[in-house]
Amino acid sequence: MAANRLVGRPVSGESLIPMSQLKTQLVILIGISLSVIVLYGFLYLEHEWEIGLLLVTLPVAILLLKRANMLIYFQTAARMMPRFTLVSFVLGVLALILLLRHEHFALLMLTTVLLYVTVSLGLTIQFGFAGLVNFAAIAFFGIGAYSMAVLNHNFHAVPDLVIILFSGLISALLGALLILPILRTRGHYAALITIAFGILLRTFLEVNDVFGGPQGLKVDGLEILGWDFANSFPSVLGGGSFYMAYAIAALLLAAAAYLLTRLIEASWFGLNMDSVRLDEVASASFGINAPRWKITAFMVGNFFAGLAGAVYAAMSGFIAPASFNFADSLLLVSIVLLGGIGNAVAVIPAALLIVVLPEKFQVIQEYRLLLFGIVVILILRFRPNGLIPRGLRQYFTGSSA
Amino acid sequence: MRPAVLKTEDLTVKFGGLKALNGLDFELCEGQFLGLIGPNGSGKTTFFNALTGIYRPASGNVFLHGKDITGVSPNKVYGYGITRTFQRLRLATSLSVLDNLIIGNQRNLNFGIWRNIFDRKYFKSQLKEQTEIAEDLLRRFSPDLAALLLKPISSLSMIDRRRVEVCRALISEPKILLLDEPSAGMTPDETRALMDELQGWRAQHPTLSTILIEHEMELINKVSDTCVVLNYGEKIAEGKYSDVSNNPSVRAAYLGED
Ligand SMILES: Nc1ncnc2c1ncn2[C@@H]1O[C@H](COP(=O)(O)OP(=O)(O)OP(=O)(O)O)[C@@H](O)[C@H]1O
Ligand SMILES: [Mg+2]
Repeated sequence: MAANRLVGRPVSGESLIPMSQLKTQLVILIGISLSVIVLYGFLYLEHEWEIGLLLVTLPVAILLLKRANMLIYFQTAARMMPRFTLVSFVLGVLALILLLRHEHFALLMLTTVLLYVTVSLGLTIQFGFAGLVNFAAIAFFGIGAYSMAVLNHNFHAVPDLVIILFSGLISALLGALLILPILRTRGHYAALITIAFGILLRTFLEVNDVFGGPQGLKVDGLEILGWDFANSFPSVLGGGSFYMAYAIAALLLAAAAYLLTRLIEASWFGLNMDSVRLDEVASASFGINAPRWKITAFMVGNFFAGLAGAVYAAMSGFIAPASFNFADSLLLVSIVLLGGIGNAVAVIPAALLIVVLPEKFQVIQEYRLLLFGIVVILILRFRPNGLIPRGLRQYFTGSSA
Repeated sequence: MRPAVLKTEDLTVKFGGLKALNGLDFELCEGQFLGLIGPNGSGKTTFFNALTGIYRPASGNVFLHGKDITGVSPNKVYGYGITRTFQRLRLATSLSVLDNLIIGNQRNLNFGIWRNIFDRKYFKSQLKEQTEIAEDLLRRFSPDLAALLLKPISSLSMIDRRRVEVCRALISEPKILLLDEPSAGMTPDETRALMDELQGWRAQHPTLSTILIEHEMELINKVSDTCVVLNYGEKIAEGKYSDVSNNPSVRAAYLGED
């Protein structure tokens, strides 16, 4: 019975190799270790030739693994035990954070990558699942950041964790302002509306003295569960960079967002969002209420962006309208396109490439937007499903019946 | 004759100056299998779209069991137990057969946040139930189809896609099934196979009322009780296939077409 197969085994169009649980775990651990080493390389290496070497060897290595029929083992294992994979990855990155605890710049970059991953997961739900274009991701990130700045300054008694949550909620709720126009328009027009919203928000912040005008606002640091993020690491244990605690917070946030994205995908929510994206007429003919799913996707996505923005604000200690540029919204959209539309895992390597490479290569820094424009065009032209195309929906995995 | 389940009175749909449907009076009885025929552009698809809430009629009414349902949304029409297929397939091609069938069974899904996202044990039981329903349906409709349950639609042949689309319309156990030219894009052999399957299904579900749109008149002979012939949005004949096919105005409409 397919029903038993479905609940007991991974479901996919590809053929999978049977592996024992122990072997599966081992394969996952090897895969995660390799990934964390690569991540370490990207963050730690400084010279352009080193990063260049990494950029060249990586695809070659992946290709060789594929040729040797090894890649399928990693894919199968990750599909068989997604939770174990996620936990291993989080622990691996945690270890990396400890290893890099004196490297301010590497940690700052890692935190940025993780926050961008969180926002990109929001875009994955909006664009990848429900088909909603959002060129205002950085605006919602900014709303979260400003909420954090204002709330944290005015409500000292409220735990910072709650304030972060509220910042996300405010972002989602302000996003609701856009829902009506977005539901009524389509394609390019919907895109224009989000672009306009981003510009309006920036102007609003610039002229509004409550929010510090163009000079921006100072933001208090975080203190969660008694841990003051400014004194990052107990000095008895050797101390560490100011950014360490924020890197850990961003890691947990990204992991939670990832889990939620996956759960949405593997439920009727994700199914209906896909259906609405793929064919609205057919969806309507089967009783699917398209606005309901678009609204859900839009709100959840902006919630993610708001959460990430809140953590970003606390880490930066200072925010201004100029920190939230339209160009960054484009960057976030290109992360989703580059990774693979609708594939939650894919945003991780994509965010890494798009955030880190400009920091490492002077050339890219200068022509950043131009280069990303070219990358997006090349991707859309030659690999429209991205570096790691999304597979079939996988509702459940593992050997539990 | 059994009671009418679906009835339209003076139904008119306009596109600008064009009356794609012009004052159509139409009746479908319980358990009836009605063939809707007519040349290209005669308004057959428009009729379905007007019934299912995709187009709003300019005038006239649609009654379901005597209740006026003119101009209600497609969502509601589905809720009333009317489902359809599309002339140009409208399956979600990047999703699996199973996903497509579950989409068709919206009515029986639970959309609580808790029961979808957090209570995964409950969700698993829901999924299992839906999978069994889907697999069972495929097997009953066409035995070989069940093996394709977990395949993406994009890997299926044309006839299998048609079959899946019909099954998507059947899974919620509708009262009225609207089939828009399921033979489009298929070979005569494939069409015959599909017609046999539809006939088999009908034998097991005597209360299901069906309207089948066909372009080729001969095809409809085998499966339908009665036919309605449209031309330029108007009904030009109705009755038994043998009568209708000999009707001079029908012949003229078809010959004129050629
Ligand atoms: N959305 C629309 N906008 C404008 N005109 C339309 C629209 N839909 C249908 N029409 C016109 O209405 C008339 C009836 O079209 P319809 O699709 O109902 O024909 P049909 O009988 O289904 O034909 P076919 O056998 O080719 O499928 C045609 O002249 C068509 O061009
Ligand atoms: Mg038609």
